[in-house]
This record gives sequence, C-alpha cells and structure tokens, in this order.
Amino acid sequence: MRHVDTQAATAPAASPRRNRARRYQLQVIGLRIVLAVVILGAWELGARVSDCNTPGGVCIVDKFFWSQPSDIAQKLWTWFTQGTDLGPIWDQVLVTMEETVGGFVVGSVLGIIFGVALGRNRLLADVLSPYIKGANAIPRVVVGALFAVSLGLDIKAKIATASVLVFFVVFFNAFQGVREVDRNLIANARILGANNRRLTTEIVIPSALSWIVASLHTSFGLALVGAVVGELFGATQGVGELIYLSKNLFDTAGVFAGMALLAAMALVAEALITALENRLIRWRPPVATETRI
Amino acid sequence: MTAAIQLHGVTKRFLTPSGTVYTALRDLDMTIQPGEFCAVVGPTGCGKSTTLGLISGLEPPSDGLVEVYGKRVDGIADGIGYVFQSDAVFPWKTVLDNVAAGPRYRGVAQREARDRAREWIARVGLAGFEDRYPYQLSGGMRKRVALAQSLINSPRILLMDEPFSALDVQTRALMENELLGLWSASSASVVFVTHDLEEAISLSDRVFVITAGPGTVKSNYPVDLPRPRNVAEIRLQPHFLEIYEEIWKDLRDEVLVSYERQKRGAA
Repeated sequence: MRHVDTQAATAPAASPRRNRARRYQLQVIGLRIVLAVVILGAWELGARVSDCNTPGGVCIVDKFFWSQPSDIAQKLWTWFTQGTDLGPIWDQVLVTMEETVGGFVVGSVLGIIFGVALGRNRLLADVLSPYIKGANAIPRVVVGALFAVSLGLDIKAKIATASVLVFFVVFFNAFQGVREVDRNLIANARILGANNRRLTTEIVIPSALSWIVASLHTSFGLALVGAVVGELFGATQGVGELIYLSKNLFDTAGVFAGMALLAAMALVAEALITALENRLIRWRPPVATETRI
Repeated sequence: MTAAIQLHGVTKRFLTPSGTVYTALRDLDMTIQPGEFCAVVGPTGCGKSTTLGLISGLEPPSDGLVEVYGKRVDGIADGIGYVFQSDAVFPWKTVLDNVAAGPRYRGVAQREARDRAREWIARVGLAGFEDRYPYQLSGGMRKRVALAQSLINSPRILLMDEPFSALDVQTRALMENELLGLWSASSASVVFVTHDLEEAISLSDRVFVITAGPGTVKSNYPVDLPRPRNVAEIRLQPHFLEIYEEIWKDLRDEVLVSYERQKRGAA
C-alpha cells in the first residue's frame, strides 16, 4: 500500500519534467528541419533566379557548377528507379560498402593487434617507433595509387587503401590505451594470480577498449575515404567511381548525389558503431547526453 | 615459530624521472607474527606503501631480505591479499566476476569460482549486488568488493594500503568493524598502512611507527586492548588514550620533520 502511495506521489512530479524533455526534443528536430529547408531552399532559389549564360545576367548560383537540390534529388531518383551508367545503384552502394567494411575490419584488427603487442612489449615499441612515426607522417592516401597498380582494379586495392588509413588511427589509440592502463589494476590482477596472458586479455585489452572503440568512430569515416579514393584511382564499380564518371561528364548533380549517398552510408555506419560501443562498454557509467533531463 | 613476515635491513631506492636516486626506505627491520594485526603509521611519503609493495613481491628490495613464512620473497609471493588505496576492482567486471577473479586466475573452474564468489559477496554484505558494475556502487561497497576479492583466496597475509581513507567517517567505522570480524574468522596476518593513528590503534595488536623518509622503523608498540573490539567505542577508553598519547609523542616529531621538509620543498 505504502509503495503504491509513494509512486502515486512521485508520478505528477515526474511528468511535467518528462513533458519538458519531450518538448525540447521536438524543438530540436523542428529546428533541424527548418535549417535544412532554409539552406536547400536558398540554394534552389539562388539557382532558379540566376541567369548565368547571358552576359550581364544576375548570377548567384551557377547551376552548371553547383547544381541545385531539385536536380540532385532528380538524379538520385533516376539512379534508384532506372539505375546508373554503371548498373543498378544498390550494386554501387554495396561495392563501396564492401570495400569500406573490408578495409575497416582489416585495418582495425591489425591496428589492435600491433597496438596491444607494442604497448605490452617495450623493446618492440622502442625498435619500431621511428618507423611507425615515419610511415604515419606520409600522406597515406597516396598509397592508393600504389595499390591500384599492384593489386589491380578490383576490391583488393580499395580494401588495402582503406585499411592503411584505418590502421594508424586504431594502432595509436590501442597503443596509448594499453600504456594508460591503471597500474593499480595490473598490480591487483597480479596479486590475485593472473599470468601474463590473463593480464593481457582480462585487464589490458578491456581497459584499452574504450580508447579503441572511440577511435573506431573516426576510422570508419577514414575507411570510407580510403575506399572512395581507391575507386578514384581506378575502378569499374562503386559510388566513388560514379562520382568520378559524373565529374568527367560535367554532371555536378551526379557528384552531389554521390556525396549524399556517401553521407547516408557514413551516418548508418556511425549508428551501428555507437550500438557496438554501448554493447562493448556496458560497464562504463552512462555519459551525460545532449538531452539533459 | 617462524614469523609470518620478516624484513631484514631492507633498503629501497627508486630512480626518479630526473635521474636522481630517491631512497624510500633505509635499513628497515620488521617482524610480524602469524595471525597478528599490525598497523604501520608514519608521515606522508615515508615509504609505508613501499613496504607493502616489498612484502607482496610486486617490487624487489634494493638491499636486504624480505621473507614470508621463512621463504625469501622473489616475485609475487603465494598466499598474499592486497587491498589497494585507490579503487583497484576491475570496472569492466560485475561484482560477481570481480570476486571470482582470484580463483579463476588460479585455475578454478568458472562455475565453482562463481559459487565461492557468491558466498563471499554475501559475507561482506553485498548479496543482491552480484550483477552490478563497480560504477553502480558506492565507495564503501566497492571496498567491500575489494575485500571479498582478496579474502576469497584465503590469504595468509593481508596487506592493506590506507583502504578506508577515501570513505566518510560513518562508513569507515562500519568497514573497520567488519574487517575485524572477517579477520578474526581467518588466521591471516594483517599489515594495515594508515596515516590515522586512531584507526591504527583501534584495529591492531601492534603499531609500527615509521620515520620521515627515508623510512625506517622508529619504534613499535603493542596494543593490549581486549578483543573483540568495537572501533567506535574503544576510542573512548582511558587505556586507548594512554596508548594514543604514547605513540603520538613519537609520531609527532616525524610528522613535523616531514612537514618542515615539504614546506621547504614547496618554497
């Protein structure tokens, strides 16, 4: 009885707060839509009222160079309903996704293995560190050119390019994460009887995981860059190739449409990685999110 | 009878990052009997924690000999429990898996380790919290986890490095009483490092006073207060105050030396 009473007493107090939180969220979503409408509308309007072909005409947004949202939407519609010059659009998205995910997985796994190994082994770290720093200093997208020659035009070259980009980010984070493991935790585990292998798998890696997972957010974006750059260096399929073709045809709507597709892919992947992060790092106190209640 | 712990002329030097040698302990002798509850007090930075590191085998001495039950300590000694000053429970493990960690590391099967862990969790008063992660617990509860984590291995020697210093006064008294209860049910020797003389006297059979660094044993005092004790009440007894006064005279000088040094260091 008493329990029910307290619940009844707290319910009205909690609900206005919840209402306020919901109102705030609606407000955020509304403003986001307004922002998109304003920007796209200005772009569209600027392109429509412009007259860039007759000398002396008012030229605000030159459609030829900057396209316009309606054309881009039209282009996307055409791609999805009638396919692209390279074949069905889903095939292109799938190809780029495969390259990205492939590069992401290969680069992350290698980065974690090397990061943990070097973080745990002082000698290895001291020997290899100048080489790794040196390799990291090279603008790494250029290896895409190398791989395009050595590995050919298929998926291997793109995966290689993407994984090189991903590797260094994940590597440095894993390495740092291993180095930052609380010495007390290590001492405690050793006292409790953990051998070296257990120390690595049960203390060092879980501890470094929050660093590693944080780096995965950035590195997925880099994997996408690697895949697209790989396609630009030479490909027969993929969203990057689609952009490249559109560029060659001076079809800026196609370039923008390709960019929109890449952005959508990155957003979906970001959501997946966040879900993975929450699963892997359940033990961390929930961080204050942007919606405060 | 072999002593539980013996330190003979132990010196510990560290190389500081700037390349100079820092002597934490110099020529320290200490003997602790089986089943004895010893407290180690001293000013900050006198090497109290270093002493525990040496006994546990986490750190080798630069000079001298450390023996546990007559055996020279060389690497992590067997039968040691260590409760650290800061939180050292594993944040990514649940309470259950934290407590089960010791047996698991020692090769006990998962199911049996968890069964034993459940028992210990109940014994430290955390039944019902098995599936929580450390961040969901209060500071006092995390200390209980740390205690269960150490005691489940039935250590012959329990090393405690200012374990309750971060707790509020009430929780602290509670934990001290529970520690005494758990200790009396075991046969472990305890080395309890603290900077709080009251805590040291109310818990222990013997109090070692360490000098301002480099640390060495200045004196040791037997505490002949009757057991079982209630730490909150025993502090009010006249004999407690006598002992306190006697040890404090000794400790005060060292604290002053350390304080003067710190002031000069800061200036």
